[in-house]
Amino acid sequence: MLLINCPYCGERPELEFVHGGQAHIARPANPAECSDQQWADFLYRRDNIKGLHAERWRHTHGCGRFFNALRDTTSDLFLATYKVGEQPPTQAQLKGATA
Amino acid sequence: MSQGLRTASGGRINRARPVRFTFDGRELRGFEGDTLASALLANGVHLVGRSFKYHRPRGVLTAGSEEPNAVVAVRRDAARVTPNLRATEVELYEGLEAHSQNRWPSLELDAGAINGLLSPFIPAGFYYKTFMWPRRAWQRLYEPRIRAAAGLGLAPEHPDPDSYSNRFAHCDVLVVGAGPAGLAAAQSAAASGARVMLCDEQPELGGSLLGEADPGASLGESGREWLAGTIRGLLANPRVTVLTRTTAFGYFPHNLIGLEQRLSDHLAQPDLKQPRERQWQVRARQVVLATGAIERPLVFPGNDRPGVMLAGAVRTYLNRYGVLAGERAVLITTHDEAYRSALDLRRAGATVTIVDARDGASSELAEAARREGLTVHTATTVIGTRGRLRVKSVQIQKLDAHGQARGATERIDCDLVLMSGGYTPSVHLFSQSRGKLAWSEGLQAFLPAESPERVRCAGACRGVFSAAAVRSDGESAGAQAARDSGLTVNTVIGEPQPVQSSGAAAPGDLPQPGGEPAAKAFVDWQNDVTSRDLLLAAREGFRSIEHVKRYTTTGMATDQGKTSNLNALAIVARQLGKSIPEVGLTTFRMPYTPVTFGSFAGYSRGELFDPIRTTPIHDWAARQGAVFEDVGLWKRARYFPRNGESLHAAVARECQAVRSGCGLFDASTLGKIEVVGKDAVTFMERLYVNGWTNLAVGRCRYGILLRDDGFIYDDGVVARIAEDRFHVTTTTGGAARVLAMMEDYLQTEWPDLSVWLSSTSEQWSVIALQGPRARQVLEALVQDVDLSAAALPHMGAATGRICGIPMRLFRVSFTGELGFEINVPADYGLAVWEAIHAAGEPHGITPYGTETMHVLRAEKGFVIVGQDTDGTVTPDDAGLTWAIGKQKPDFVGKRALERPAMHSPERKQLVGLLTAQPHVVLTEGAQIVLDARATPPTLPIGHVTSSYYSATLGRSIALALVRAGRSRMGQTLYVPMPGGNLAVQVTSPVFYDPKGSRLNA
Repeated sequence: MLLINCPYCGERPELEFVHGGQAHIARPANPAECSDQQWADFLYRRDNIKGLHAERWRHTHGCGRFFNALRDTTSDLFLATYKVGEQPPTQAQLKGATA
Repeated sequence: MSQGLRTASGGRINRARPVRFTFDGRELRGFEGDTLASALLANGVHLVGRSFKYHRPRGVLTAGSEEPNAVVAVRRDAARVTPNLRATEVELYEGLEAHSQNRWPSLELDAGAINGLLSPFIPAGFYYKTFMWPRRAWQRLYEPRIRAAAGLGLAPEHPDPDSYSNRFAHCDVLVVGAGPAGLAAAQSAAASGARVMLCDEQPELGGSLLGEADPGASLGESGREWLAGTIRGLLANPRVTVLTRTTAFGYFPHNLIGLEQRLSDHLAQPDLKQPRERQWQVRARQVVLATGAIERPLVFPGNDRPGVMLAGAVRTYLNRYGVLAGERAVLITTHDEAYRSALDLRRAGATVTIVDARDGASSELAEAARREGLTVHTATTVIGTRGRLRVKSVQIQKLDAHGQARGATERIDCDLVLMSGGYTPSVHLFSQSRGKLAWSEGLQAFLPAESPERVRCAGACRGVFSAAAVRSDGESAGAQAARDSGLTVNTVIGEPQPVQSSGAAAPGDLPQPGGEPAAKAFVDWQNDVTSRDLLLAAREGFRSIEHVKRYTTTGMATDQGKTSNLNALAIVARQLGKSIPEVGLTTFRMPYTPVTFGSFAGYSRGELFDPIRTTPIHDWAARQGAVFEDVGLWKRARYFPRNGESLHAAVARECQAVRSGCGLFDASTLGKIEVVGKDAVTFMERLYVNGWTNLAVGRCRYGILLRDDGFIYDDGVVARIAEDRFHVTTTTGGAARVLAMMEDYLQTEWPDLSVWLSSTSEQWSVIALQGPRARQVLEALVQDVDLSAAALPHMGAATGRICGIPMRLFRVSFTGELGFEINVPADYGLAVWEAIHAAGEPHGITPYGTETMHVLRAEKGFVIVGQDTDGTVTPDDAGLTWAIGKQKPDFVGKRALERPAMHSPERKQLVGLLTAQPHVVLTEGAQIVLDARATPPTLPIGHVTSSYYSATLGRSIALALVRAGRSRMGQTLYVPMPGGNLAVQVTSPVFYDPKGSRLNA
């Protein structure tokens, strides 16, 4: 069971959370202007990354907030969690945090 | 039988406390402190079980949790029989009743042993090759027979009367294993102020030291004092939790370790009020694995006879339990450490002959042994053993300069064979942490390398073996772990000890005459896999070790191949002409040793297995004799039978009551979400397909929610309570996921909207009062709301009071009749329900259940999301296009609905079906075909989604999704059933009152 650092509540066990799929996929502001292909990409196309993956989690059995996380899919280690609307930390920032 | 093989003194048993026990009904005696295995050996009992496949007689092989052979059942009573326990771990108690397994009629005379004679015909993969035809025989004949002939113990047939506990814990440093490395690690971590947990599978702390004649002496000067002092210090330290009889069975992500603590299995009379086992989930900042190493058997012909044991195990039985496992011993070894067993045995009075397969590698040890009066054969292999129920002799042969078995042979009579192929570090938990393993050529073993987890290894499990070095290694690991858990460590932290790199024996099998693979040379004792089986698999083309494992079943028994995996790997690697690391390891899976199912269930049994949700009206319905059905976790009244009515009769009566008088229905399970805020209407506009801006306060609307892929996700009536407040209802099962979807869009797509969402499902009781006389019933109880059709028309909403209780009143109908849904605070739900029921009695008010609700709504063609839709149905498919707000620029799902495939005329559309024979009720889920003579396989054009007998219409009705259904009105289609194809006519899905005049009354 993963240990997840909710940006609002702190570290909590995975069973309090629900995974929300890949992060930073915004719903197009004007869907009517999307081509069928663009809309299909938005609906269905997701990365399947071996390595660092930005993903959404929701602290369902806690504060109820959605947030984003950077997780290494090979080790399941979280490198960072951050609030909705924030950009993921850069490699340099991550290095600074772990140094 | 007397304990004739007990030494005069010594060991950790309590000779003042004799213990009586039985094995297969025979009364035997042991001492407090014995295991079942040590007590059996003390009584001269080596034959303890029959093997899995060939039913070969088997004895005790090891002295620990790695035991593959001595697997027994322990019985307390009919319900408390625990099969497949390792006798080497079962602690003796007064009256213990143990039974051997997998034998008939008796352990000594087992009919299944015929399989041993047939062994040339039942090699690896035998089942796959032989029992191929006919297919049906697998279920009826082959599988039951094979399962009866092969196998382990039997599970008890009664419910488990014991209780099991679960517990969570957190610590700075978790140390797994309480041998010298683990004790030292725990001590040095605790000295730094860390909160330490130390667990060990044995009842006593000390690990491998417990098998020494003088525990602690091997640690060097004042080692004994250190051992005693360390244990005392740890037990007295309030920041240290010491768990004995506790197995770390699994390593889960982010340093979560599963521990299984056995609390009462060692007690003669366990307190039934106390749990039998406790399962811990420990989240540790740092983990130190001090799991030791497991001695490796040698692979030679007849290496499985009772009396053939691991050398270290024999030494443990002698030193720890005071048991001489035999008096005329032969030690077969490829490893120096085993000489200590021979010397200890010699001192205890046994004769020992040493057979060392190496050529002069251990000349110094050999000389020491000779000085003690032992015979030593070097450069010698074993080519066979004899003895049916106990080993009687060993056949040895000299190896030539090339290591070939070409020399003179000799037979040595004996009653005990010790063997040792070196030690395999226990890397199971480390590997489960997703740690990588590295092959050590010097040690001929896989050692821990990198792990993504915060874990380090200490002692023998990372290849450090000498006792003094192990202690330093543990101290270093413990201090480092304390430091890395965030504590300040003031002492000097030592470096990990260098890995020992010589004196290790290569795994694999011993050389045989002519280089031929040996017969009956067992690699995996528990699953009866021989070296020949492995070679056969390689010859038949299996290359991956994972495939070899599955084909031969090596390492797949309950012992998970603790003693066998490395030998199997070496044999396969040699046959494939590859090195061991090239072939690679199979996955180490949890649990390390078997864990009781009960402990995973823990408290989640019986009533606590799953929560039950009931409405405030539940008990009233139960008193009325309602029959309930499960809807998610909810219990819903399905029908209210009177005087032993059938379902059919009760539903017909309830339907009749609603259509002609009035009915009362508990709709409290409906999901309810309060959507509030200055942007509430914008939020609803964006989310639901309907238009909401033009919905006046005091009005309701049937809302449809899609996913962004355009398919129906949920539906429900939405009332506008105020300009900035909506009372949204959802399906019973959809409440949680609809709220989650709303939160998702609100938090991540439209955070600019000022909206609050609250689940109010449990806050409102919902009472549906339906039928032509509903208004008359309600009028008696409501004074402050005008219930007239003009003031409160269909889809009107009002707030007021009923019986003085605040109420939200919706004039809605899921029945097609004049109807009201009365929402009151849940605490008042039952009181209001009873008041309405009493007021309705003069009008023949009738409580009805979900079954009647289903029939009534189907008569009106109202869909149920999840029954008439399946996640591939658009609003148009369901005939609900009218609900979509035409002027809206966007809503969730709108763009997807514009894709060409979503308005293809060939889509499946909701229609009604009328059977040609009016009393035939179709089966829900039945397929629909075009052709009357169609026989499978044929392409269905749709399926039945809802089907009932309608008492109102005097015939059956059904709803269905049919390809291009709306263009088929009046067509005859067919529903293939076992009795023949049923003809059905396609109709409108609205069977009753299509104009809706009753609903608007």
